[in-house]
Amino acid sequence: MTDILKPTDAKQVEDAVKWALGHDKALELLGQGSKRALGRPSQTDITLDLSGLTGVTLYEPAELVLSARAGTPLAEIEALLDKNNQQLDFEPMDYGPLLGNAAGQGTLGGAIATNLSGPRRIKAGAARDHFLGVTAVTGRGETIKSGGRVVKNVTGYDMCKVLAGSWGTLAAMTEMTIKVLPKPETEATVVVEGLDDERACSAMSAAMGSSCDVSGAAHLPDHVASYFDGLPKPEAATVLRLEGVAPSVAHRKDALAALMKPFGPVVILDEANSKALWKSVREVRPFAQSQERPLWRISTAPGQGYKVAEAITPAAQMFYDWAGGLIWVAMPFTDEPDAGSIRRTIAELGGHATLVRAPASVRAAVEVFEPQSAGLAALSKRVKDGFDPKGVLNPGRMWAGV
Amino acid sequence: MSIRMPEPDSAVLAKRAQIVKALRTMVPGEGVIASEREMKPFETDGLTAYRQLPMVVVLPETTEQVSQVLAYCHSEGIKVVPRGAGTSLSGGALPLEDGVLLGMSKFNRIKDVDLANRIAVVEPGVTNLAVSNAVAEAGFYYAPDPSSQIACTIGGNVAENSGGVHCLKYGMTTNNVLGCEVVLMTGEVLRIGGKHLDSEGYDLLGLIVGSEGLLGVVTEVTVRLLKKPETARAVLVGFPSSEDAGECVSAIIGAGIIPGGMEMMDRPAIHAVEAFVHAGYPLDVEALLIIELDGPAAEVDHLIARVVTIANECRAVSCKVSTSEQERLLFWAGRKAAFPAVGRISPDYFCMDGTIPRAQLPLVLKRMKEMSSKYGLAVANVFHAGDGNLHPLILYDSNKPGELDRAEQFGSDILRLCVEVGGVLTGEHGVGVEKRDLMPVMFSEIDLNAQQRVKCAFDAKGLLNPGKVFPVLHRCAELGRMHISGGKLPFPDIPRF
Repeated sequence: MTDILKPTDAKQVEDAVKWALGHDKALELLGQGSKRALGRPSQTDITLDLSGLTGVTLYEPAELVLSARAGTPLAEIEALLDKNNQQLDFEPMDYGPLLGNAAGQGTLGGAIATNLSGPRRIKAGAARDHFLGVTAVTGRGETIKSGGRVVKNVTGYDMCKVLAGSWGTLAAMTEMTIKVLPKPETEATVVVEGLDDERACSAMSAAMGSSCDVSGAAHLPDHVASYFDGLPKPEAATVLRLEGVAPSVAHRKDALAALMKPFGPVVILDEANSKALWKSVREVRPFAQSQERPLWRISTAPGQGYKVAEAITPAAQMFYDWAGGLIWVAMPFTDEPDAGSIRRTIAELGGHATLVRAPASVRAAVEVFEPQSAGLAALSKRVKDGFDPKGVLNPGRMWAGV
Repeated sequence: MSIRMPEPDSAVLAKRAQIVKALRTMVPGEGVIASEREMKPFETDGLTAYRQLPMVVVLPETTEQVSQVLAYCHSEGIKVVPRGAGTSLSGGALPLEDGVLLGMSKFNRIKDVDLANRIAVVEPGVTNLAVSNAVAEAGFYYAPDPSSQIACTIGGNVAENSGGVHCLKYGMTTNNVLGCEVVLMTGEVLRIGGKHLDSEGYDLLGLIVGSEGLLGVVTEVTVRLLKKPETARAVLVGFPSSEDAGECVSAIIGAGIIPGGMEMMDRPAIHAVEAFVHAGYPLDVEALLIIELDGPAAEVDHLIARVVTIANECRAVSCKVSTSEQERLLFWAGRKAAFPAVGRISPDYFCMDGTIPRAQLPLVLKRMKEMSSKYGLAVANVFHAGDGNLHPLILYDSNKPGELDRAEQFGSDILRLCVEVGGVLTGEHGVGVEKRDLMPVMFSEIDLNAQQRVKCAFDAKGLLNPGKVFPVLHRCAELGRMHISGGKLPFPDIPRF
């Protein structure tokens, strides 16, 4: 039986970690649980439920900053920003439906702790790039602050960076400040039809190398195209998003369409279809329908994204985001993520692969996060020991012993 | 110099000759400099009030040499200070009497330009501008553009997380690097990141960027390249008060416009600059904004019109839109020459670097005026208005007894004020030695110890660039100890399910 502790303020979080330290208990950190099934299954004694720490504590649209307690629902923050014509520019994707949970859950703390991002990652960065300041309780039971509430700051080490993407293994964040940005006035999408994967990577590279300021570049091959909204027909589509003020989008749409003509037939999606399309890309729609297939998320150099596809089984389903640099791969058989072929491919091409979805028994036996070189693994372990020497916070969630 | 540096290690100084000899076996020829005359150029960086000759200067050419030198210094307990071009304004590259100064200037090759992936792989001694120049013909550039970009190097930019006038829209160094090769103090060589996005695990690159040379020596950097915007135009707007100028900045951002650059100058800065550069700045205003929009012409024209409307609504008394590239560059020439322009009207000046929540600007300027009369020293302000990064220039004369000390105290008071109003000690110049002893104004001892434990993970003996950033560098063994105060606590009073 696992106990659940649900602190209502930051002081109680510190008390809980101190208590756990004193009694040799390991804590599982939890927000709304939308990403709970991602990572190595770890042996913890008690769940520290941070979803009770809620509320936006500062929001100054003209200064482009927002602070909120870690358990504040992302949906609440996005709604508040929307009212002020602003947004989270890193466009956090939603793991919930991929992992069999409801859509629209998740907290700000969870989004930062897992360094979420979405299609706009190629232009605007990930959660890490918008994470300005934090208050957190380390695995030593100490409350630390780092960063600030201003967008430009180099005072001391950038502790926000190492906490973003640490999956709760270093500290329990209690409050954070993020940079927020204006919403684009409008958008459109240029679609190039019928390209194979290699040709699509070239087209996306040409688009990204133009001055059209593309804010999303994805390739949706034939076998998954029907899952995406907004496309004129369910066939291979290489899609390029343009956002900004209306006269600018109008101009760039024509320029980009002209640039893409040599690659294949070009179609333009209006704002409504463009929005619908990118929502389904952001949600990884083809692989959110059923949770049967093991799912990989691969980050590699964009120009060679298609080589990943060539190296793995043709029975896999996949599509490309980030101009070819992010590849979502669903393997054909439930209990067989085929980690060997994925790891070999990454070792050859560079980048990293995360096993986003697989049964717990598989995640216990196969590395979920990319295995690191001995030197990097040892350094990561030393960083962990600095924050959490007794391993009370999410032990083993990323790697054994970390 | 009012900052105390770590006590020199007499045992290390005693075997100087032997150390120099050993270093010569690792870095041949002129790569080891030990004569006082030849070491002189390395005794200071951009913070010239601080000077110290190093024990020896080493200029390695290969990662292997860096690794050997660091491994040797690690085993012998010798301190090492890394240095790029020496343009740091916070004393980040200030040598130590008993330390090796590791100059990275010979790492000056651009190793790979990969336009299909929009990245360049460069050595750390390549200058910031050289990266942009190398890809200019293909229409690309490297976005962070610190004012020292002609001289400063990518390695130094990584160490300081350098920004520039365009970073509100395009980010700082940390948002524009993808990977690096780094040598730890033990001599161990690690590769972090690459041509892909995000880290497979902890964001170690994010820690290294901005670590001011305390975590490792970077020997290769992979940077992101961007396509140059089609066009750029600037607007020069004068205001009768800094409040009006500040309101204009808020109104522009509130209207959803993020300009490529948005700079503010106060009256003393405007006058110093105009006398020097003749950029056509209005002299009858209290505050001047330069607002630059970049992108396709259709976008720039549209946004310029909106910005001009907003400026007029905010009581602008003069408003000039650049009509040619030449005029745009002239607008910027004034701003970019602000430091030397102030240098012309004062024998010496201190350039401060705090960041504040922008709404606090009128209060901060008012308090600064009061301090200015209290210390009897003039101050001119240039301000990255979009992101709240303030550069007060304190004018003093080091030949007048007591002025340097007063200028330093004035500077400290300004930075304390920045923190007091919710800002930070440094927006882009780094802590270095200059702001080291002010760190406790912003951080508790617990905060600083947590940062030092990161230092311990990279450099357990504390040999890399000691005396910078942290007022007190604790021994790692001491920091590693756990004091479990909750050991006998009863179960805490927390809702439980």
